[in-house]
Amino acid sequence: MPKNLSSIFERFGGVMLLPVALGLIAFVLIGRPSTWITLTAAGLAMGMMIFLMASGLSLIFGLMDVLNFGHSAFVSFGAFIAASVLAWSGVWVSGGNAGLNILALMSAIAAATAFGALAGWAFERIIVKPVYKDHLRQILITMGALIVAEELILMVWGGAPIPVPRPAVLTGSLVIGDVAIEVYRIFAFVLGLAVYIAMHLALNRTRIGLLIRAGVENREMVEALGFRVDRLFIAVFMAGSALAAAGGAMWAGYQGLITTAIGSEMMIMVFIVVIIGGLGSIEGSLLGAILVGLMANYVAFLFPKMSLASNMILMMAILLWRPFGLKPAVKG
Amino acid sequence: MSESLLRLEGVHTDIAQYHILHGISLDVPAGGVHVLLGRNGAGKTTTLRTIMGLWRARQGTIRFRGQDITAMQTPDIARLGVAFVPENMGIFGGLTVEENMRLAAHGGRFDSQRLRHIFEIFPAMEKFWHNQASSLSGGQKQMLAISRAIIEKRDLILIDEPTKGLAPAIIRAMIEAFREIATETTILLVEQNFHFASALGQSVAVIDDGRIVHHGLMSDLVADQALQNRFLSLSMEAN
Repeated sequence: MPKNLSSIFERFGGVMLLPVALGLIAFVLIGRPSTWITLTAAGLAMGMMIFLMASGLSLIFGLMDVLNFGHSAFVSFGAFIAASVLAWSGVWVSGGNAGLNILALMSAIAAATAFGALAGWAFERIIVKPVYKDHLRQILITMGALIVAEELILMVWGGAPIPVPRPAVLTGSLVIGDVAIEVYRIFAFVLGLAVYIAMHLALNRTRIGLLIRAGVENREMVEALGFRVDRLFIAVFMAGSALAAAGGAMWAGYQGLITTAIGSEMMIMVFIVVIIGGLGSIEGSLLGAILVGLMANYVAFLFPKMSLASNMILMMAILLWRPFGLKPAVKG
Repeated sequence: MSESLLRLEGVHTDIAQYHILHGISLDVPAGGVHVLLGRNGAGKTTTLRTIMGLWRARQGTIRFRGQDITAMQTPDIARLGVAFVPENMGIFGGLTVEENMRLAAHGGRFDSQRLRHIFEIFPAMEKFWHNQASSLSGGQKQMLAISRAIIEKRDLILIDEPTKGLAPAIIRAMIEAFREIATETTILLVEQNFHFASALGQSVAVIDDGRIVHHGLMSDLVADQALQNRFLSLSMEAN
């Protein structure tokens, strides 16, 4: 792009405008505002749930250059644990008390998140630590761990699809005119946005956040300043795994029916988000997740046969334009 | 010369299958600027990185204030009071100047007197305090890298080719800054620029092919043209 065009593009928001541009193109192609709003809301909600799953992976890769193909195991466990907690909650979920409904859902998400953090700690110490700085072994061992995790889920929860009860307060839709938006999608969007804001503040307003941002750029220099990046990495790995589990819990409620393949199915989407967003960047992950969510919903409506390929095409197009992703933490 | 602050004895370092340092022995006395000269690929950077624990010595010992640091982790070596300014400056471009400095300040808090002193040495740091480090010029980035190294009192600063790619006017300013810094700390400086090195150094070691081939006072090397021809022809931009 010529320099003056590039500076004009940056002045008007740069890559952050891409979801808006995608939305406008979709609006023209879809033609009906009510359908467009419904699809956009679905895309934003989906994007926020994918953001929960992807943001931790992006930091894990950015900080320690670790390729964790087992990340989706935390998504799977999060989904199944949340499904079990919701099932055990009985009338708290299905009853008419909105407070108990929310409490049941929050308990499910909290249980998934806590499990994700603990399992993340064990995963990092046992599986990842021995293969630091060795990408090939990282891929092999984390893929192996993913397979083992899926088998464990199969042992505990069985092979049949499991229904995930949705809290009564989050069922139904918000209807404005001829536009209907599922309440659960609004909740997913708000929760994802809250997590993003919390992460943004933690990374930009705290000393640990400063260390993480510096470590993503130049891990060696952070160590030369006297900080143990490996200890920092354990904390980031636990947080990333916890977020993936929380994302899995939310996704389970969104899908309503889950199988052991839930993690593997999401893994491709999560990697696309991390790659197009740019490694080590929370803003990049959010942008990538929203683009992927919107694209998936628009294309599924407009060109159903293209829905599987659409995000791959999006990734290829973005990488041809920006080989390091849209908002990488480290440029070049 | 005063007693040794840093001592390397028979240090061998490999990088992958390559044997880079072949038994380096070096004494760095406390105080002043001490220079390690050598051509590209002689082993200067490897020596600094081995001292800092970023690459492991396969054989030999490294002692800092008498303590064996050969097998210590980099953060532990840094906490002993050793700062490192790498050849690429190690600036965090996505952080502001302030954030870069804050990372190196103990507990993230600045000693205001010390910070004021740094601003006197490098006024650009105050001017660009809230700017992203990536927006600084090459010379300003080097100033930031050095400011970061001295934001806390250090016993030893390892600096790798600070003049590389800098304009002569900035190099002259750097000479003054280094003289000021060397009044309170010891500097081990890796250089190819003999003019810069000779203006600052008290002692000099010349490294070639991973071995120390000369070690003595800088004044002796400056005064002896034959010695310069002999050792500096091994290297660099002698003038």
